[in-house]
Amino acid sequence: MTLNRRIFLGTGVAAAATLGAPAVLADGHGKPRVIVIGGGAGGATAARYIAKDSKGGVDVTLIEPSRTYFTCFFSNLYLGGFKEIDDLGHTYGTLAAKYGINVVHDWAVDVDRDAKTVSLAGGAQLPYDKLILSPGIDFVEGAVAGWSLAAQNAMPHAYKGGSQTELLKAQVAAMPEGGTFAMVAPPNPFRCPPGPYERVSMVAHVLKETNPTAKIIVADPKEKFSKMSLFQEGWANHYEGMIDWIGADFGGGAVSVDPAAMTVSIDGEETKVDVCNVIPAMKAGRIAEMAGVTEGNWAPVNAADMSSKADPDVHVLGDASQQGDMPKSGFSANSQAKVCANAVRGALTGSKVFPAKFSNTCWSLIDTNDGVKVGATYEATAEKIAKVDGFISATGESSDLRRATYEESEGWYAGITADMFG
Amino acid sequence: MLRAVFLPAVLAAISVAGAVWAEDFGDAEAGARVFTKCKGCHEIGQGARDRIGPHLNGIFGRRAAAHEGYAYSKSMARAGNDGLIWTAETLGAYVENPRALVSKTRMSFRGLKDAQDRADLLAFLRDYSDNPADVPEAEPTARATDHDVDPAILALKGDAEYGEYLSSECLTCHQQDGSAEGIPSITRWPTEDFVVAMHAYKRKLRPHPVMQMMAGRLNDEEIAALAAYFKDLE
Repeated sequence: MTLNRRIFLGTGVAAAATLGAPAVLADGHGKPRVIVIGGGAGGATAARYIAKDSKGGVDVTLIEPSRTYFTCFFSNLYLGGFKEIDDLGHTYGTLAAKYGINVVHDWAVDVDRDAKTVSLAGGAQLPYDKLILSPGIDFVEGAVAGWSLAAQNAMPHAYKGGSQTELLKAQVAAMPEGGTFAMVAPPNPFRCPPGPYERVSMVAHVLKETNPTAKIIVADPKEKFSKMSLFQEGWANHYEGMIDWIGADFGGGAVSVDPAAMTVSIDGEETKVDVCNVIPAMKAGRIAEMAGVTEGNWAPVNAADMSSKADPDVHVLGDASQQGDMPKSGFSANSQAKVCANAVRGALTGSKVFPAKFSNTCWSLIDTNDGVKVGATYEATAEKIAKVDGFISATGESSDLRRATYEESEGWYAGITADMFG
Repeated sequence: MLRAVFLPAVLAAISVAGAVWAEDFGDAEAGARVFTKCKGCHEIGQGARDRIGPHLNGIFGRRAAAHEGYAYSKSMARAGNDGLIWTAETLGAYVENPRALVSKTRMSFRGLKDAQDRADLLAFLRDYSDNPADVPEAEPTARATDHDVDPAILALKGDAEYGEYLSSECLTCHQQDGSAEGIPSITRWPTEDFVVAMHAYKRKLRPHPVMQMMAGRLNDEEIAALAAYFKDLE
């Protein structure tokens, strides 16, 4: 290999971190310590790769409140009846038993970056040399007039995997004949750009079988969305007349809801609905804000190693990070985690640090065996993670290809969850 | 003196081996003789039926695994779904090294290494296909090419440690335990097969868009590094 020194020096922050390694090792507390907050696609992957590749040379603690983690990716397939909820649940036993990761089921409630400690809700304070934040998303308060977290039972967001997803599915099943399902779609940027539209497809799939006169209204503050032509083609083919998508041009952004009355007002017109899925504007998971690494709603990072622009010893992965061109997705978080793990391990143990390479692919299911995908590769530049090359499924593809694409997405789910949880 | 003239010429030939366009199709009569190697499994011409392999009438311009009634391998069916179309270019690559194009093809044929044999065989096969898009005057898809991966590329010794890092990107989709549901297994892959397959994606001879994209940004050293890592993966 001819990875030359200039490439390494060119990565700036990564190189500086590598050169700083002896200082960390000489701190006198034995093994270097990494704390990872958040056990999803970013955090679980980063923890696993650092533990695995350092072969016990780094002490890795993973803080995640859920004992069983339900992936948000594929949760739409559960809504559509293609997966059981248990198919989406994963536990951390292998990360503890096989990789020696200290898995702590607790909430991280504060970060002291000067003392380099993390405080847990249970009272403990844990020291770190490197901190990796992968907290996913929280919602922007007041983003949808009339909605707050207190209303999430009447009007679920179902945008974090688990009980909210189960609630929304139950509500769809309980809709009266010819009832109305409303979705309030989020503004950019948000987790899983095709997610709301795959969800609409999956709800339509269920209603077509069980409640074919039911209607779906989508109020969207955007004028266009991910895979738009593919979804619209699919909706016309499979669910003709069922889905009414109201974009920004037609007042889709002027929305308020009344969870008590179960009404949605779109551009001044009030509608009584039976189910209302409110997906509010998003921001980085709150611990990123508490750690003081956010600017606005997200945490800016350096593309070369996902380190925070506010602190070289804090890295931010996945949805919470503001990195450039990558969409907020589980695939992206997993990809970023491996780049970050390589850099963090290099900084702490002196192992080789290789140049960052990122990629993403998002599969969506429109109806049974009608899968589509979009993807891209990315590189680290001085300013951001920049897109290199990409592709998207075409409209009018053969049903064989669409089936193969769906089957591929199932293969990917098995692959990424094995990559996260061991 | 002779040596001085001869050597650079050979080196030049090797270095551009991946990009040489054959002048045109070969000789169909000679191709009929080459086809004797195929006859054990494939029929062609009037009354041809499927045998161990599918009959080859009308192969040009057809999607891979699209001939109805023949039970193709899962890999070939996948290649067809991905959009592999039989043109002079893809057929040439396939008969040269079947596994470069379709990893687990059931066609147990070690490949025609001689470019002239391939050109002749394609000329012979083309006589049984009548798609006008595939006659030689009709432009690039009809032209035979030399697909050999440069021996210098095959000879590269990869850095397995770098390969391990690069492989982490593969593992988002391909499972380390070799499961192959929906996405093919890539474990226990012979080094050369791996390298030629990745280069076939890189050149867009293999059709899958994700793999074309992923392979497209790997340089020769990186492909060698991955191969070195996968070779030793248990």
